[in-house]
Amino acid sequence: MENLRLDFLYQLMLTGLIIGTLYGVVGMSFVLIYKASKVINMAQGEFLLIGAWICWYFLIEYQLPFWIGFPLTLIVMMVFGIVLQVVVLRPLIGEPIISVIMVTIGLSIVFQALMKWLFGVSPQPYPQIFASPTVDVLGAQIRTVYVLSIVVSLVIVGGFAWFFKFSKMGLAMRATAFDQQAAQSLGVSVKSVFAMSWAISAMVSSVAGIVVGVVNSVSSDLSFFGIKVFPAVILGGLDSIIGAVVGGIIIGLLEHFAVYVDLYAGIGNLQQIVPFYVLVIILMIKPYGLFGTRDIERV
Amino acid sequence: MTAAMAEGAAETAPPLLSVNNIEVVYNDVILVLRGLSLEVPKGEIIALLGANGAGKSTTLKAISGLLKTEDGEVTRGSISYDGETINGLDPGAIVRKGIFQVMEGRRIIQDMTAHENLRLGAHTRRDRAGIAADIERVYAYFPRLKERTGLAGYLSGGEQQMLAIGRALMAKPKLILMDEPSMGLSPLLVREVFGIIEQLNRDLGITILLVEQNARMALEAASYGYIMENGKVVLDGTAEQLKSNEDVKEFYLGGGGGERRSFKNLKSFKRRKRWL
Repeated sequence: MENLRLDFLYQLMLTGLIIGTLYGVVGMSFVLIYKASKVINMAQGEFLLIGAWICWYFLIEYQLPFWIGFPLTLIVMMVFGIVLQVVVLRPLIGEPIISVIMVTIGLSIVFQALMKWLFGVSPQPYPQIFASPTVDVLGAQIRTVYVLSIVVSLVIVGGFAWFFKFSKMGLAMRATAFDQQAAQSLGVSVKSVFAMSWAISAMVSSVAGIVVGVVNSVSSDLSFFGIKVFPAVILGGLDSIIGAVVGGIIIGLLEHFAVYVDLYAGIGNLQQIVPFYVLVIILMIKPYGLFGTRDIERV
Repeated sequence: MTAAMAEGAAETAPPLLSVNNIEVVYNDVILVLRGLSLEVPKGEIIALLGANGAGKSTTLKAISGLLKTEDGEVTRGSISYDGETINGLDPGAIVRKGIFQVMEGRRIIQDMTAHENLRLGAHTRRDRAGIAADIERVYAYFPRLKERTGLAGYLSGGEQQMLAIGRALMAKPKLILMDEPSMGLSPLLVREVFGIIEQLNRDLGITILLVEQNARMALEAASYGYIMENGKVVLDGTAEQLKSNEDVKEFYLGGGGGERRSFKNLKSFKRRKRWL
């Protein structure tokens, strides 16, 4: 056997870990909506796309520096999430959950088309954001934006943990997820919990959208990134925040390991399909996922 | 003795809560309450008794506003609390006014700890320091809850009931609507829970509207009682009056006085009562 190119594997695994954390972050925002309202948001990928386009627009059209454009995008996305919930999803409260899921499929198509209409069909690169495009991490060349991405991801994960453990709104969200009527009997406003979950979800997803946009330039391919979040959350358990992060990291690592395997196997594009093989296998042998909860049964 | 005093008080001061001739419809078609009226004077424990499906829980949900979450609606009559009409308000607004419903089956959030459940009870409050102090106060009432640091779903039935009551206290309510606190508990625990309810009423001055299947225990604790059948009140009186009523003995307390009356008499009595 010739040189196994272990340094390349190392670099792949490091990238896989970072991309996986991003999947985890998008997965968390997906799980957030699912937990609060039992809605499977098929338009999650479009949240990435919209976020990336908005940030791109701020940077290109208004020539804003990244450190202003980025937080500004988050604010816009938060407002977008609230407006989306209030205008489109609130009137659907009480309708069968499958109708709401169909509506999110509709939203996904509308957003795709809207973005193409507004920003055109050709991929647009981000301007140069960092002084040096790559940095050296323990011997591997990693893109600077990935370093930013992992820092932001860790902040988001930590923020989620704090939010759900200690903040009043976080507790109210968990209560709503567990027993909507009981939460209402305690004075929790389910409407604001739902609005908040969509707002946070849209905001957090856009972070991933921007990072991927900086790496690969913005195009409608971005929403495919959102689709890869499905295997991640199914693997982790659809209703587990921690599961989403762990599932995301596993999918990210596997996907990049597939690139390495592909190098020798020569199947081509193995990276794109591996997550979905994992999805099928998980659904067959462990449909609740790694961390998905079943109800506590006391007899 | 206390009951007689209660009656006197009820006549002079306006009641804390009064439900006036309400009609409740579910899903626009199912008529559940048909002209129900009751009054809850301040500082009393009032029992609401009746068979399954009589509309007791629906009455509580109409008061607490939770009816909305089940597609129910008060279509006639009014509910007034402290001089204000409260029907049509959101459950959250009603909790802020000081009415708290402890739902049937306790409904604690099982995948949270007891401490988190208590913090959740204070959702409508803003005073951080007051909330922390009140959690300690609840622990003083229920020392067992403090020892349990795991998920609330693993607490025993009695502990869960205590947690549900403790969570209600966190909202600083003036009126607690308690739905079947004895459900699924052993006789010993039922006694303990009723002891707590009486203690809350006595020490904290919280008014309680108590819905119960266990009529005997409920009438021990309450000063006044209402008996519901088919969505309306068919009989009401002080706890002493109800306890000595032959009819109530026969239907709700079991055994009755002396030998069992024949089924024929029983039925006719029931029919006559409904026309009252």
